[in-house]
Amino acid sequence: MSGHVQVVLHRTARAQDGVAFSLAVPSDLSFVGDAVDLAARHCDVGVLSQRRLQFNLRTALAEALANAIAYGNHHDPSRLVRIEVACRPDAVRIEVADDGLGFDPSQVPDPTAPERLEREGGRGLFVLRHLVDTIEFNERGNKLCLVLRAG
Amino acid sequence: MGFSVSKDPRGVVIVGVDGQLIVGNRQELKQKVLDSLEGGTRRFVIDFTKTGYIDSSGLGVLVSLSKKVREQGGDLRLAGLNEDLQTLFELTKLDTLFAIAKTPAEALAAF
Repeated sequence: MSGHVQVVLHRTARAQDGVAFSLAVPSDLSFVGDAVDLAARHCDVGVLSQRRLQFNLRTALAEALANAIAYGNHHDPSRLVRIEVACRPDAVRIEVADDGLGFDPSQVPDPTAPERLEREGGRGLFVLRHLVDTIEFNERGNKLCLVLRAG
Repeated sequence: MGFSVSKDPRGVVIVGVDGQLIVGNRQELKQKVLDSLEGGTRRFVIDFTKTGYIDSSGLGVLVSLSKKVREQGGDLRLAGLNEDLQTLFELTKLDTLFAIAKTPAEALAAF
């Protein structure tokens, strides 16, 4: 393993605007657990219930980060995945960006189809969609934005 | 954080997942189960009582391990899923692929 996860806390103008921070994660899957842990700890500001923070946010971020590392940056540790997090009173918003060529999310097949059920992979996006309130991709498909509403 | 491995008097191997089963540590679980399988064990319980979250890679490794164990005439069962994890198995329809017990004791008793 080389490199480390870098966290930068941003100043927000007023306390009621919540907290914002960014993480830069080298594209090595062994960093996923630590990066998710760091993000979840910084998000523990009362916007999300403990249950949604410890399960939905952690699992969703692990999926998004693993996809960016593997498919976006092709496991190249010198390339970074950038995560921007804003915890506001009404929602937690997370952007995950890699510098890959992107993909078309509509082309990902349903992993619950009987012929795919016993495959090892292909569930990431499906799981991700069920864990967050909204998910949006940029046009290129190399950046996604996840929103978990407060509560 | 990590995995604990124990064996009951009848030779069932119980692997406890402490913390999370995700892309970064799934290989470790895979190796532990495959080593036991190689050593002759055919019955496994994966205990999630102390597990916070599982990502899709974690689900994937369970699917592939279960298949490998079945190919050797064995059985791999799951136990101790909390409500969120149970929902994850249901929405991915993996609850149809695994025998899932409420507790490790129930999973052991079912063998």
